Amino acid sequence: MHFAVIVFPGSNCDHDAYHVFRHILDVPVNFVWHRETDLKKYDAIIIPGGFSYGDYLRTGAIARFSPVMESIIKEANAGKPVFGICNGFQILIESGLLPGALIINQDVRFLSQDVTLEVDSTDSIYTRSLKKGRKLTMPIAHKQGNFIADEDTLKILENENRIAFRYSKNKNGNPNGSTDRIAGILNKEKNVLGMMPHPERAVESILGSDDGIDIFKSMIGMA
Amino acid sequence: MKAKIYISYKEGILDPQGKTISHALDTIGIKKINSVRMGKYIEMEFKGISKDKASEITDESCRKLLANPNTETYSFEIVEE
Repeated sequence: MHFAVIVFPGSNCDHDAYHVFRHILDVPVNFVWHRETDLKKYDAIIIPGGFSYGDYLRTGAIARFSPVMESIIKEANAGKPVFGICNGFQILIESGLLPGALIINQDVRFLSQDVTLEVDSTDSIYTRSLKKGRKLTMPIAHKQGNFIADEDTLKILENENRIAFRYSKNKNGNPNGSTDRIAGILNKEKNVLGMMPHPERAVESILGSDDGIDIFKSMIGMA
Repeated sequence: MKAKIYISYKEGILDPQGKTISHALDTIGIKKINSVRMGKYIEMEFKGISKDKASEITDESCRKLLANPNTETYSFEIVEE
């Protein structure tokens, strides 16, 4: 499985994602600058975290019109895995590949801390080798991660089993205030995943947690 | 000619920044404010086009980029300098 890690001006978790594939999982990976438009040779696309275009206007709003996005939307619609993490999730929402919106955290602060996630839907390439209800520890680092959606959208996400991860029920377990504790969602076909927490920053015990690696292992069928 | 564009959260969308501002105003003794909503103000300048054309361009800009249709509404006025 050959991975593409998309690089926008302002991406800052691109090297973390590259590290996962190149050095930990030892699978082919390339950085792809946002001006490139041909993604045919890649089997999966990672849109990493960071502050694309300085978060100007709205998070992800400008990146969504980068040349590479048209190809990403095309590949996503053709069924290729597209995984957006943090700012990548914000970009996927702006591009219309995922529903809802990510607004400013409930207490208006940038949050940089570990969270505990619960695996909800295991019906995707990303979560197929995880157990429903399993707890995963990994960091969040964002100011606009408070997921909201209208009632109909929330119902659809629930009914179609498209909520991949939720924040913990524990006190302060959902620090950004996301509706229904939603931390990560899938598109209808379940080949597109967006999540605010950073699994790529929790892939070796020296980082404090290696729970995130299982999501990437699941992607490449190495459970 | 100038477009003055106002972008605000739709009703029903939480606005934590507005809420924080509201608390702060209360703290410094400014009372009787029912609620505060925070939005964005954008100006765009045009040269050598009609007011209708400027309005059309402004509307397209709002729809395609400046406002997020999921969470925000927009309004604008075109003013002669």
